[in-house]
Amino acid sequence: MDEALLRSLTPGVLAILVRRGADFAAAEDAVQEALLQAVRVWPADPPRDAKGWLVTVAWHRFLDATRADAARRRREDLVDEEPAPGPAPAVDDTLQLYFLCAHPSLTPASAVALTLRAVGGLTTRQIAEAYLVPEATMAQRISRAKRTVSGVRFDQPGDVATVLRVLYLVFNEGYSGDVDLAAEAIRLTRQLAAAVDHPEAAGLLALMLLHHARRAARTASDGSLVPLAEQDRGRWDTALIAEGVGILQAALARDRLGEFQAQAAIAALHADAPTAEETDWVQIVEWYDELTRLTDNPVVRLNRAVAVGEADGPRAGLTALAALDASLPRHAAVAAYLHERDGDLATAARLYAEAAHKAPNLAERDHLTRQAARLNARRCR
Amino acid sequence: MAKYLLLKHYRGAPAPVNDVPMEKWTPEEISAHVQYMNDFAARLEKSGEFVDGQALAPEGTWVRYDGEGRPPVTDGPFAETKDLIAGWMVIDVDSYERALELAGELSAAPGAGGKPIHEWLELRPFLAEPPTVTDCTFHG
Repeated sequence: MDEALLRSLTPGVLAILVRRGADFAAAEDAVQEALLQAVRVWPADPPRDAKGWLVTVAWHRFLDATRADAARRRREDLVDEEPAPGPAPAVDDTLQLYFLCAHPSLTPASAVALTLRAVGGLTTRQIAEAYLVPEATMAQRISRAKRTVSGVRFDQPGDVATVLRVLYLVFNEGYSGDVDLAAEAIRLTRQLAAAVDHPEAAGLLALMLLHHARRAARTASDGSLVPLAEQDRGRWDTALIAEGVGILQAALARDRLGEFQAQAAIAALHADAPTAEETDWVQIVEWYDELTRLTDNPVVRLNRAVAVGEADGPRAGLTALAALDASLPRHAAVAAYLHERDGDLATAARLYAEAAHKAPNLAERDHLTRQAARLNARRCR
Repeated sequence: MAKYLLLKHYRGAPAPVNDVPMEKWTPEEISAHVQYMNDFAARLEKSGEFVDGQALAPEGTWVRYDGEGRPPVTDGPFAETKDLIAGWMVIDVDSYERALELAGELSAAPGAGGKPIHEWLELRPFLAEPPTVTDCTFHG
C-alpha cells in the first residue's frame, strides 16, 4: 500500500468532516483512526475510492465518539442531521487546514506537530520519534494545540507567511526516526504551492528542492560534514535542481520578491556552478543585499560577510564581519574561515577551536575541531 | 537488568593519561576517535544494551530562586570551579561487571597519536523501581 498516497488524502478528508460540522479536534481524531484502519484493512481489501472510504470510516468514527458523549447535546443534534454526500473536494479546504495548523496563537513547536498530524497524516508516534521526545509528550503537545485552535473559525482566511514559516521549520529541524521530515516538508509545501497563488510558497518550495538536491553530498561516509566547496557536485541531484530552478524563475518573474525567493536564488547560484571556483559570488552578494533589505536579519549579514570574502577577498569579508556582533551564532567559525583565507593560520586555528566550543551540534563541532586540527598540524610541520 | 549512567566530563574529572586537547590532534586521529565512539554506540544498540546518549554544550548557567519578585540568581560564584559534564550514555546491562567492562572500553577510545585517552568516566547506577515481588524467599 502506498502510504504517501494515503497520507496525501488526509487534509481533504479532514476538511470534509469539518465542513459537515464536526469540530476540528474530534474530526482530527476520527481521521487518525480511519488512517490506522486503512493501514490494517487495505492491503487485503483495497477500496475502489480511497478518499470516499476514508471519509465514510472517519465520519462513522466521529459519530460513534459523539454518540458516546451523550451529555453534549449540541453534538447530538448534529448526529441527527444526515449529512449530504461530501461535495467535490475544494482546494481551499486543504488550504484552510494549513492556516489553522499554523495559527499565530500556536507556538512554533505546536504548529509543527499539528501540521504534521492533521495535514501530513503522520501518527503521533512518528512525530515524537522525529523530534526525539516521548510519545506521551507529543500527544499532549498535539492535544493542547487542538484545544488552542478549537475556537478558530474554519473559514477565516489566514496568512500564508505563517504557514511557510512552519513548513520551513519542518524542513530544517527534523532529526531522526523512520520518517524523512525534509521529504515530508517538501510534499506539504508542494501541496500548498499548488493550492495557493503565492510567489513565496513557490520560493520556499524551490529553496527546499535546491537544498535537498545536495543532501547526499553533504555528509561523508563516516557521517562527517562536507562543506559546500568540497562537495562532490556529481552527487547533486540534477533533476531536483532543474525543478527548483524552474519554479524559482517562474516565481521571480512575477516581481513580488520575498525572503524565500531570495534564499532560493542564492541556493540556485551555488547549484549552477560546475565547480566551487566558478561560483558567481558577485551575484550572491547582491542577493544577500536584497535579503538584508527584506529581513534585516543579523544571520543574513553574517552569511553576506562570507560571500563578500569570496567576491572581494578575505580582507573585505573581515571588514564586513567587523561590523557584526561577535556573539552571533557561528561568528567565530566565519572569522576563522576568513582568517585562514587571509593566510593567518594561527588566528584561524584559535578561532576554529573557539567555534567548536560554541558549536550547536556534534557534527558541526567535530567538523570545526578537524579544521583547527588541520591548521595546527600544518603549522607544526 | 540494571541501568547505569556513564558520565563524561569536560572538567572536574582527574586528568586522563593521554591529555592532549582535541584541536592538537591530527584530523585523522579525530576521525578515528569519532569512528570508535560511533561503533561503540552501534554495538550496544545491537546487543540490546543501549538506552540513550547525549552530548552537552560546554556553556551552561547556574540558576537559583532568590525570593518573590526578584530575578533568579544565575551563574553563581563557583562558575570556574564547577564540574562540567560533557555528555552521557545510559546503558541497561545484566551486571555491574558488564557496566565496568563497557566503561573501560569507552575510556580506551583513541586520542592523540592513536593511543587510548584513558579518560576518567563516572559510572553511576540508576535507582531502580521497587520490584513486584516484595516478599523475597531468601529473607524467609
